[in-house]
Formats: sequence, C-alpha cells, structure tokens
Amino acid sequence: MSDATKREAVLPPASTVGVLGWIRKNLFPSWYSGVVTVVLGYFIISNFIPLIDWALFKADFIGESSADCSGEGACWVFIGTRFDFFIYGFYPESQFWRINILYVIFAILIVPQFFNAVSTRIKMVLGVLGVTVFPVLSFILMRGSETFGLEIIETNRWGGLTLTLVLAYVGIVAAIPIGILLALGRRSDMPLVRALSVVFIEFWRGVPLITILFMASVMLPLFLPEGVSFDRLLRALIGITLFQSAYMAEVIRGGLQAIPKGQYEAAEAMGLGYWRSMGLIILPQALKIVIPGIVNTLISLFKDTTLVLIIGLFDLLNAVQTTIIDPAWRNVAIEGYVFAAFLFWIFCFGMSRYSQQLEHKLHRGHKR
Amino acid sequence: MNQDVENGGRTAQVASMAAQGDSMIKVEGMHKWYDTFHVLKGLDLDVSRGERIVICGPSGSGKSTFIRCINRLEEHQQGRIIVDGVELTNDLRNIELIRREVGMVFQHFNLFPHLTVLENCCLAPIWVRKTPRREAEEQAMQYLERVKIPEQARKYPGQLSGGQQQRVAIARSLCMNPKIMLFDEPTSALDPEMIKEVLDVMVELAESGMTMICVTHEMGFAKTVADRVIFMDQGEIVEQGPPSEFFGNPREPRTQQFLQQILHH
Repeated sequence: MSDATKREAVLPPASTVGVLGWIRKNLFPSWYSGVVTVVLGYFIISNFIPLIDWALFKADFIGESSADCSGEGACWVFIGTRFDFFIYGFYPESQFWRINILYVIFAILIVPQFFNAVSTRIKMVLGVLGVTVFPVLSFILMRGSETFGLEIIETNRWGGLTLTLVLAYVGIVAAIPIGILLALGRRSDMPLVRALSVVFIEFWRGVPLITILFMASVMLPLFLPEGVSFDRLLRALIGITLFQSAYMAEVIRGGLQAIPKGQYEAAEAMGLGYWRSMGLIILPQALKIVIPGIVNTLISLFKDTTLVLIIGLFDLLNAVQTTIIDPAWRNVAIEGYVFAAFLFWIFCFGMSRYSQQLEHKLHRGHKR
Repeated sequence: MNQDVENGGRTAQVASMAAQGDSMIKVEGMHKWYDTFHVLKGLDLDVSRGERIVICGPSGSGKSTFIRCINRLEEHQQGRIIVDGVELTNDLRNIELIRREVGMVFQHFNLFPHLTVLENCCLAPIWVRKTPRREAEEQAMQYLERVKIPEQARKYPGQLSGGQQQRVAIARSLCMNPKIMLFDEPTSALDPEMIKEVLDVMVELAESGMTMICVTHEMGFAKTVADRVIFMDQGEIVEQGPPSEFFGNPREPRTQQFLQQILHH
C-alpha cells in the first residue's frame, strides 16, 4: 500500500469537513431542513438588522434633552441623563462614592470566580469574605454610621440597580443556608422537626411572592404595637428570603434524594455522626447535582426582586418606570425597558455561566 | 498460705477478666422485625477476639441484616448486642463509640465519589479520631500499600475498577484501626476476575489476627480462613461449626441442601 492510499483511508471525505462541510451537515442535511434554514434565516436577518440599526446606527448617544434625539433610532440620551437615578436611586449625589466603593469591592470578589487561572483557595477566601464581611461592610457604608462619621442615609432613599442588587444578594446569601436546613429538616427522623419544615415550606411556597410583600408592607404594621415600625426594606428582605428558601429547600431535597443510600450508610458506619456525614459526604454531592436547579431558583429570585415596586421601593425597574412617564421626554419607554432588561440579563447570564463552569469543575470522572 | 490463696484468687480473676475481654461481640436472643415481618428470630452469637466467622445462607435469610445490626445500621427490637464491652442501645454516644471500633465493607463499596482515594481513607481518622492530617495520610498510604494500590491514591473512585474500589474500601475501614471488621458480601458485585484480588486482601487481613465477620458465598474463602462457619436460613442460625465439620459433615438437612446447591454450580 502506498503512502497516498494510506492517507486517503484515514482522512474523512472532503465534503464532510471544513466550512462547507459544516454548513452542509448542520444547515442543509436534507431539502426540508434546507427550507427551514432559509425561512428562519430570513426572519432572523430581517429583524436583526433593523434592531441593530435602531439600537446603534440611528441612535442618539450625546445630548442633554429630548431635543437632541432625532426620533429615528433609540434615544440613549435619556438613559444617560437619568443614569445616576437608575443606579443609585434617591441616594444623595455627594455620597455616591460610598456605593462606588462597594461596586469595586463587589467586582473584586466576583470577577476572579470566573477565571480558571485563579486558584481554588483564593476563590474560597473571596467567597467567604463575600458572604461574611462584605454584607456587614455594605450595610455600614450604605446606611452610614455616626461612629465612622458617615452621614446616615435611610433605606427609603436607596434605589435603582443598587437596591436590586441588595435585595438579590441578601436573598441569595440567606436563602441557600436556610434552604439547606429546611431540606435536611424535611428528611429528618425527628417528627417535630420534619413537621415544622414541611409546614414552613408548604406555607411559603403556596403563597405568591407579591402577596407576601404586600402583607409584609400593609398588614404587618397593623399587628405591631403603635410606634413600633420596622424598616420597609428589611420587611421586603425577610419576605423574599423566606419565600425563596422554601423553593431552595425543595431543590436541595431533590439532590439529597438522589444520593444512594450506601453513601449515608458508609458515612454512618465510619462513626461520622449526623452533621459531619451531611457536611462532608452528603451535601457536597447533593448540592453538586442540583447546581442547575439552585441557579434556576437564584435567577428567578433575582428577577422577582422587581416585585418590590408594589410596596413602593425604587428598584431598577421601578426607577425606570417612574422616569419614562416624564413629559419632558417623548416615547422613551422602549429605551428604558431595554436598558433595564439588559442589566438584568447581564447578571442572570453571569450566574448561568458561573454555574456551568462550576459544574464542569466539580465533575469527578464518571460516577460509580 | 494466705498469700497463696490471694495469688490464686488473682489468677482466677485475671483469667475471668481475660475471658470477658476475649469476647468481642456478644449477641443474646436478638430479634428484629420490619413492621410485622419477623426477619431475625432470636439469634445468639459469641465472637472472641481474633475469631474469623463466615456467615452463609440463601438470599433473604437475614445474614446481611444480622451483621448490619452489629454496627446499628439496622436497629434490633429485642435482645442484647454487646460489642467490645459496650451495649448497643438507643444512646447515640454508645452507637458512635461502637462504630469507631467496627469497620464495615459493603457489597457496593460505597466509596465517596467526590473525594480522592486518599481523602476517602483520611476522612474518618481526621474528623472522628482527630488524627493530624499528615499522620492520617501516612497511615492511609500504609494501608493502601497493604491492599496493593498506593499508586491510585490521588485518583477518584470513579476512575478505578470494581476490585480496586473494593480494596480501597477495605483500606478506608482499616484506617480507623478497627477492632472488628464486618464484610457484607464484599465480592458479590465484582466481575469474576476481580474477586481474587479482593479475597487475597481479606485472607491477608485474617492472617494478621483481625476479628472478622464475613457474609459471603465464597466457600473457598470460608474453608481456608474461617474458624467457624454459620449457616442462616429464615432468620435463624441453623447450624454452625468449624469449616471441616461444616463442609465435611453437615448435620441439618437444610444445610445439606444449601451446600449441595452452591457447591454444584
């Protein structure tokens, strides 16, 4: 056999490789697939080009007022002039630096988590700081403190993206541990613990979040003695956390049930005891299995924070909604909503990517 | 004279203490029910230090349930189980005390798939016995060498063959320095060519003087290693005796029938 025939025997036919091969295999494998490709292609291109045109080429970016917008494309001037409000809400401008510091710290804590080059140990340290020191620091900086000479800024002046992130971050950081405890409680051998967990989960899961927020804001004060009030934001935070922890508990319970009985027995037989068995053997495996479910819940938590507008908190979406009705601007609703949607999408997509990366990293060969 | 009596008394005391100390496991009139189903019907067993016991019997005879009662993976409802001088009750402290001294090897290995082989072996020594990590790792490597797979220490269980996994499981149990080892059908889930490598490790362990109770269908293992073979059927101990007697001259018809069936194939 000559060299040439050998090589020919090894290489696949030319029509199945390269760009043409790919197009043929994926877009036109048969006549009806070809038709579908052409039709869908037409719709995508015919919609996409005007969208890009509107958002970029015909859009107006620079200016001060409605008059600077031609009206042919998007009026991003509007977003520019109201940007501070969308990000900081009613926070006084002189104190923006406090929030900016927090954004910088937040980025330092979060960004390294996305890169494989960063060692696991550093990620762990940043993660632990993120759920312990960071929330405390954020509270002191945002609310202010007389001991540190920072002007007190009440929570009713917090708003915009910052408020959305506060709601989502506290919700996420608190709902996961509570959810884990509830899931373990629901599978406990102790009847009382089990019953309490079931009642808690089923109660919070059975009520719409909007009802919970409304109750917390309108009904709760009726039951409190006169003169006692507690912060509206805090009430919303508690409502969101408890609501989401019930969902989280059920997701995590799914993971616990997927762990073979032999794992529980092996851990028990070694004398590890309940908490160590759970912490070292069962939960690491169970949580890994349900990463997609957990992130799903977190993403919906993130978006559900927009419901706080019904109790009068100015989160990002509410901030946008209040400004687009400004009579000084014509028809800026689309721009406002696109901007809000874009910010939400960035954070949700980030969570999604992070979870995929985590799953990939935690994959340990094939399971037995 | 007086002194002699005293000496004699002490000797007797020591002897009786030794006799007491020699009993590693004592089971008296133990019954267990699953709901209303009577699984174990009044079992009695005395295992002395260093004794090697093989339990066999048809499936559903309660042999696995029996040894799982010894480290309280199953709860018995009547009778007494005393392991190394500690009685198994509902007291959690006693249960954990006993579990530290009793190693168990399962049919399906039950290694922890998210931890490496070495981490599997070090986990319990570090968290239960509070052994420093360094020391625990050195000890784990010794046991991994003993089961002949030190080179796999950094791999995950999912990357090993069944026989290798089972040997890791044995090493993992040994790392707790147990006084007793329980084996629950350790070779039943293995491909035929891997059974020998696991049995070799078990034989070596038996020769080192470990107290062992082994539920298995490997009659060759029973013949070479066991001090006593126990035959169980329908939740009862039907017959027991040294292997020569048990295999050479079984008394009970049920035993004879069972042996005929398994030795024939």
